[in-house]
Amino acid sequence: MLDLRAGDAVEISGVVLTARDAAHQRLIETLDRGEVLPVDLAGQVIYYVGPAPARPGAVIGSAGPTTSGRMDRYAPALHAAGLRGTIGKGYRSDVVRQALVEHCGVYFAAVGGSGALLAKRIVSAEVIAYPDLGTEAIWRLQLDRFPAIVVNDAYGADLYSTAKGEYRRDG
Amino acid sequence: MREIDISTVTEAVQRLCLEANYVAAPDVRKAFELAAEREVSPLGKQVLTQLLENMRVAEVERVPMCQDTGTVVIFADIGQDLHFSGGLFSDAVNEGVRRAYTGGYLRSSIVDRPVGKRTNTRDNTPAVLHLHLVDGDQLTMTMLAKGGGAENMSQMRMLTPGDGLDGVLNFVVETVERAGPNACPPVIVGVGIGGTFDSVGTLAKQALTREIGSEHDDPQIQEIEGELIQRINNLGIGPHGFGGRITALAVHVEIAPTHIASLPVAVNLQCGPAARLRRVTI
Ligand code: SF4
Repeated sequence: MLDLRAGDAVEISGVVLTARDAAHQRLIETLDRGEVLPVDLAGQVIYYVGPAPARPGAVIGSAGPTTSGRMDRYAPALHAAGLRGTIGKGYRSDVVRQALVEHCGVYFAAVGGSGALLAKRIVSAEVIAYPDLGTEAIWRLQLDRFPAIVVNDAYGADLYSTAKGEYRRDG
Repeated sequence: MREIDISTVTEAVQRLCLEANYVAAPDVRKAFELAAEREVSPLGKQVLTQLLENMRVAEVERVPMCQDTGTVVIFADIGQDLHFSGGLFSDAVNEGVRRAYTGGYLRSSIVDRPVGKRTNTRDNTPAVLHLHLVDGDQLTMTMLAKGGGAENMSQMRMLTPGDGLDGVLNFVVETVERAGPNACPPVIVGVGIGGTFDSVGTLAKQALTREIGSEHDDPQIQEIEGELIQRINNLGIGPHGFGGRITALAVHVEIAPTHIASLPVAVNLQCGPAARLRRVTI
């Protein structure tokens, strides 16, 4: 994670977990009660996605990123519990960016609205917690060369603000 | 008086939902091709190319372009000389949505109540319906599948007449800037100006149902649209917020008469990558 810098284009291969609004709410409630999480977050990456149903024979349906900002309120606690990275789309709050610096984490963006294409880079998918949440359950995904861009690195840099500054024109 | 069986409505809605999710409309595709040519940022160009490839994959494999298959919003223009038989119009629309989303491998994204348990309805119903009575004996349905990312970044504000055109323009530009990458740019910006608190949001959504880049017939509105797209594309946000000159593919503005004390403005954002608009007349 320390090698990655904001603006780097990467291809991610390996296991990630999925979670979005409802799963995050449950994870945090579990932490608040001092109980053990149903998944081990140590060293893990969470992909913010609620996939579409798979066609017969397909691994998964369309599976692009959802807006990360909605998970800002939960992310710092999960980083404190060992989470190293997240994949989503859109701005992160100052508090989350600070948590990335503290816990050596990285936030990646995948291109929003390219879920059909991104699904082809997911080679296996299984639900591992909260199956009752359907698309919002926690899935374990095996990624193969999944394209993403580093937006926030462990050094506090933010691609969204620097990139905008570069192309901004006044007037 | 013409009579049609309500099952015709169900079938039409089902078709609209499936096609809208699987196949990018020609105007959307054209706008992306043009944008990919004109974008100067290398990363921005790459995003646009990736999104065009995504449209191709979705169409070939008959999978939704985006996993967020949206809230179904339908504007129905119903001819006064048309009679529906065999059931309720709104039931028929929802049945069409149900069939498309449960049978078409589309995600169900609707919860039954906004606060509290938020249980998924599991068939993406109900749709949001806007009914208008018009001349004649035909039914025209204009359907949008509206994703949450861009919808969440939409804004409305009750300005006052003293804020004037400048106040309106600044509010629109600020809304797009605040939305940034969250709305999955490049976006289409629907702006409603005038009317009342409740109607201005619908007006902004209606502005999104115009063909991308189509010219407004009112010269004053044309000018406003021209200024807005220039200011928005000067923001530097670019495709997916990775920096660039193409933040919006189009800005569509619609106006309505309003109260002497009022100047309502609504900005409804539509993500370009999943701009799903279809129209049918039966
Ligand atoms: S904003 Fe649009 S493109 Fe982005 S995730 Fe939502 S529906 Fe898909």
